[in-house]
Amino acid sequence: MIKAILIFNNHGKPRLSKFYEHYNEDTEQQIIRETFHLVSKRDENVCNFLEGGMLIGGSDYKLIYRHYATLYFVFCVDSSESELGILDLIQVFVETLDKCFENVCELDLIFHVDKVHNILAEMVMGGMVLETNMNEIITQVDAQNKMEKSEVTSVLA
Amino acid sequence: MSDVVEKTLTALPSLLSLDSQPGSTKLSSTSKLGTLIRGITELTSKHEEEKLIQHELTSIKEQVSSPNTSMRQMKELMVRAIYCEMLGYEASFSYIHAIKLAQQGTALEKRVGYLAVSLFLNESHELLLLLVNTVLKDLQSTNLIEVCMALTVVSQMFPKDMIPAILPLVEEKLNHPKEIIRRKAVLALYKFYLIAPNQVQHIHNKFRKALCDKDPGVMTASLHIYLQMIQENPEGYKDLTPSFVTILKQVVGGKLPMDFNYHSVPAPWLQIQLLRILSLLGKNDQSTSEIMYEVLDESLRRAEMNHNITYAILYECVKCIYTIHPKSELLEKAAKCIGNFVLSPKINLKYLGLKALTYVVQQDPKLALQHQMTIIECLDHPDLIIKRETLELLFRITNAQNVTVIVEKIMLLYYLYLVCSCFLVFFPMNHYTYAPDNEWFIETMNTVFSVGGDMMQPDIPNSFLKLLSEGFDSVEEDRKLRLFAVDSYVSLLQGEPGKLPQRFLQVISWVLGEYSYLRKELEAARVLRLLAKLLDMKNTSSETKSWVLMAMTKLCEGRTGLSVAQEVSETYSSSLDTVLRQRAQELQHLSQDWELQARVLPRDAGHEPLEVDSSLSFLDGFVSEALAAGAAPYKPQHQRQEELAQAKALSLEPYGLSLPISMSSCSIADRQSPTLLSISSGLSGDSTELSHKGGSTSLKLDGVKRVWGREGYLAQREPVEESAHVEVPSPLRSPNHQGEADSQTPTPTPTPDPEQEKQQLASSLFVGLSSQSSVCLMGKSEPTPQRFRRKTKGPGSSSAVGEQISNSLVSTPSTVDNLLCNNLLESNITSELDVSSLEQTSQLAHGLTTANGNCDVELTDSDIKGSSPSLNGDNEVVAADPGSHEDPDGPKDLCLSSHLPAELSGLSHSEITPLCSKQSLDLSACHVHKDDFLVLVVFIYNSSDSDIQQILLELDSDELEVSCVCDNRVQEARSHSVAVCQYFLTVKRPSVHFKVVGIVSYQFPVGTPQSVQFSYKLPLTSFIRPLTLTTEEYGTMWLDFSHDTKQNLTLISDGQEPLAATLNMLEKKLQLHVVEVIGMEGIVACQLLQDQPCLMHCRLHAGTLAVWLRSPVPDLPDCLMYHCQRALQEH
Repeated sequence: MIKAILIFNNHGKPRLSKFYEHYNEDTEQQIIRETFHLVSKRDENVCNFLEGGMLIGGSDYKLIYRHYATLYFVFCVDSSESELGILDLIQVFVETLDKCFENVCELDLIFHVDKVHNILAEMVMGGMVLETNMNEIITQVDAQNKMEKSEVTSVLA
Repeated sequence: MSDVVEKTLTALPSLLSLDSQPGSTKLSSTSKLGTLIRGITELTSKHEEEKLIQHELTSIKEQVSSPNTSMRQMKELMVRAIYCEMLGYEASFSYIHAIKLAQQGTALEKRVGYLAVSLFLNESHELLLLLVNTVLKDLQSTNLIEVCMALTVVSQMFPKDMIPAILPLVEEKLNHPKEIIRRKAVLALYKFYLIAPNQVQHIHNKFRKALCDKDPGVMTASLHIYLQMIQENPEGYKDLTPSFVTILKQVVGGKLPMDFNYHSVPAPWLQIQLLRILSLLGKNDQSTSEIMYEVLDESLRRAEMNHNITYAILYECVKCIYTIHPKSELLEKAAKCIGNFVLSPKINLKYLGLKALTYVVQQDPKLALQHQMTIIECLDHPDLIIKRETLELLFRITNAQNVTVIVEKIMLLYYLYLVCSCFLVFFPMNHYTYAPDNEWFIETMNTVFSVGGDMMQPDIPNSFLKLLSEGFDSVEEDRKLRLFAVDSYVSLLQGEPGKLPQRFLQVISWVLGEYSYLRKELEAARVLRLLAKLLDMKNTSSETKSWVLMAMTKLCEGRTGLSVAQEVSETYSSSLDTVLRQRAQELQHLSQDWELQARVLPRDAGHEPLEVDSSLSFLDGFVSEALAAGAAPYKPQHQRQEELAQAKALSLEPYGLSLPISMSSCSIADRQSPTLLSISSGLSGDSTELSHKGGSTSLKLDGVKRVWGREGYLAQREPVEESAHVEVPSPLRSPNHQGEADSQTPTPTPTPDPEQEKQQLASSLFVGLSSQSSVCLMGKSEPTPQRFRRKTKGPGSSSAVGEQISNSLVSTPSTVDNLLCNNLLESNITSELDVSSLEQTSQLAHGLTTANGNCDVELTDSDIKGSSPSLNGDNEVVAADPGSHEDPDGPKDLCLSSHLPAELSGLSHSEITPLCSKQSLDLSACHVHKDDFLVLVVFIYNSSDSDIQQILLELDSDELEVSCVCDNRVQEARSHSVAVCQYFLTVKRPSVHFKVVGIVSYQFPVGTPQSVQFSYKLPLTSFIRPLTLTTEEYGTMWLDFSHDTKQNLTLISDGQEPLAATLNMLEKKLQLHVVEVIGMEGIVACQLLQDQPCLMHCRLHAGTLAVWLRSPVPDLPDCLMYHCQRALQEH
């Protein structure tokens, strides 16, 4: 199960945080800080897996992360998830974002937090991987956007 | 369908702008989020950010509570609130509005409302109850998107008690015509199953229906549930095995629609999930396992593409194969797979490979053996995570024979892990059961304590003391162990106790207090003085002081002891610390009353069970007396603190703190079990303070004998060197050779050979893993009393001798030589040298080459021996006295060089270096210099009594082009004979060193196929050839070349003219050609093999040699510069 999905930039500013398990506000912030601390210290040429985060999970949990330009995408998962599988899921997620935002950049995530969350919700639901097919995810997101469009036009009319 | 996607995608931006058009309020509010974000990014301090966000929150709060705010504006406000919450600022006032938005908004606003709710609230939040109705309504909506939203929020969080209310609706959705709804419903039910399993018990058959759903997506979703349920109860779902196998078969066979492909791998995540389920089902169940063998084989076979995700499948496959009932065929394939992972240059795969190895190593320790070199390399990997995984693996293979080496190796790495303070999980005390002897154990623990210091988990010193006090089966052994500990600690205290960590000092004091009487000749007074010295040290914590005082209380006897005790107790009886005061009082009283002391602190009673009256009933009388005298009744601590908090008056903190300390003092008062002692130390609350004071975390090895040196494990080296001295017969040292040895450049500090060091380490780490004892170096059987101490004498002389031997033995192949060496080998084998000692002697050879400085990493050309006819006299000596010559390396070398193919025998070749050996197969190699390429000759020596079939040697290198001389491909090696393989090496791209990695796979007539890996390193200089040209040619070439590098190098000044001397040396060492020397400048030319020239221009400048290298080949100047520098440094 996926415990949390965190996106933050190279300076540790959170850009998206989604927890699939309940932590109180302070702990969540601490987790983000700790995760950033752990992840940012790592070189580029080391493995994408990290164990030993203290706050989230403990020994059964590991962080799987990818670093894209200015952003870190971190998934915190338990032992029931495949490490390489999640690594590719991050890739799918980023590719999907890229398609939806046309060359996604950090600003897109800042200004459209809600949209990013919606995309994520089509991929991961309650900590379980729901969909891994990029086209399918985009179809779902589009269906919702269409509805948005029809609403807007009805307002305009 | 992709068309549709395209269209909507292109419509997106316009859609977004449309979104912001209607109404000026909308526009301004969008920019409000923009302003906020822009504002935040401009801020410099956390404080300013806080101010800005608070301001923002106030404005949001105002707007959301205003009745005029439309839902549309509300939606936008929510996004801003989400942003603030993400930054860690609470916006709890907006929670209720989020729920309202989800309730009342249109679908679009609802979505934001739901999103905000799922981000803000949690399962147990009371406001969530308000959402239940909304969810109920939306579940029944005809709008699919609203249903989806409701299901999503339900799976994120839903109050447990309210599940029955919506369960029927969600169940109903399992039959929904839209597969996305069915899929989400399945996941929502899974969530219910997780939080309230008994409420969904009745719908288990519906899960089965989902599993059989015609849509693969729904089926995939249902696997989450099955994975969970099978984990809990594998027996209950065995009947489903054939179904899962069929599904996997279809997936693997590509029966799913193309949509499910990811990088042309069919539904990889689905495969992973299925493999996990299968491994759970097949565990310890032969009949179930048998059903899946075929599909597992198929999966392994199909997953061959070189993409990340196929590795994910392979990894699951391998794990599954090792989990279920074993089948040798599959295991073999899986083992090969693991090998691929471990050897992969991709670090993620290496990590998984190590994980897989850790997983399988208990079933198949040989697998670790196969990859020992890689594992050794991983121990020194720069990535901490890889190191950690390797350590974990090593711990799994610890046994009585290799425990010393593993523990030492770990300790070297250990200080790194203090940083994450997670290391000592790895150091379970039960490793004592493997400890070879007392001394080793005590010394190891000394190192652990000194290095681990105060960051160590407290239960390690505890269990150590417990071990000491409880002892083992033999009384005599216990006594020795304690005695050794006492001796070792006394010597530590005589050294520099100030550097020892506090925890260690505590352990020392306890042991000395308890057991120093065992050492008869050790006066108590002396120990007392040593302990008293600890008290005077500045950085001794008060906790440690109380341990010391306690030890003194146990020790003081006799006149001198008394005076020390009196002095100390006087100093501390007025201490501010109540515990110390208590201890000082005890010391004072007990030191005067010996009878009482003997009663309170009986000698050697540490392990006797104590009865503790935890209700303190013996104090009842005292209490009632005090109460009668008007004392206030006792209040427990929490009560007092409450009162304090209520009073909010003066802070009485120190008193509050001192209480637990003085309480803990009761438990330390008498000789009790150490466990209890340290519980109290944990209680006393200054452990954090301790860790600050604890000094540096660097390795402190004072007083600890060095077991690991730069050369590796010293224990083995010492006998090796010794034997080198003893066994080399003096007749060999003819004056002729003496001269030769002298002319050789002296190597004052022999550089260790990393490769061989690793091999040595490997053989010691992996000892005892295989049934054959071929790698047994660390056998417990041979006691070497001084093996912890390294003798410093004469590496130089032994290296000279080594050189002699090998030099004298390189000769033109002749039948006589052949016969000679064969005889020698024969006699070696027949003289009942068992395999392991053979190994040992070949280690001797390693030792010698190491000492020589002829590491195969740094094969400089000085090693190249012209194949001049050797000195016959020497050969005669060898022939005459084969018995005294027990070093098989010489004969082997000789013998191997005689196996050099005839066409190569006239050329200069490098020294023959051993590559690796496994069981009865020894691999050695050398390289022969030809003008336009290098020939790598690999010798495979089969020392067993049977022929080895199907030897296949595969070589590869990143920087070199390796081509096999094809008619030379070895098929088999007869028993006790040598097979030779040749490879041509040419340079793909220049590098400082070239590494050729190889794998040799072979098979004995009986037995499974084996494979061994090795690597061979050779320097760039082996490929450098002189380039003869005129100064004019040089001039024109110089201008044409584009890649260059400049550097100042040190000059050689040994009497002659420095420039000439330096250039001559370079010419000799690096095979350069000096074109011309003009005054202060010199031009030199060389080429990489035949066609890649490199020109060098040198100029004397301010006492250094300014070197400028130019070449048409990228990297070549840099690499050559490195070697020039080295050559000059070595000179």
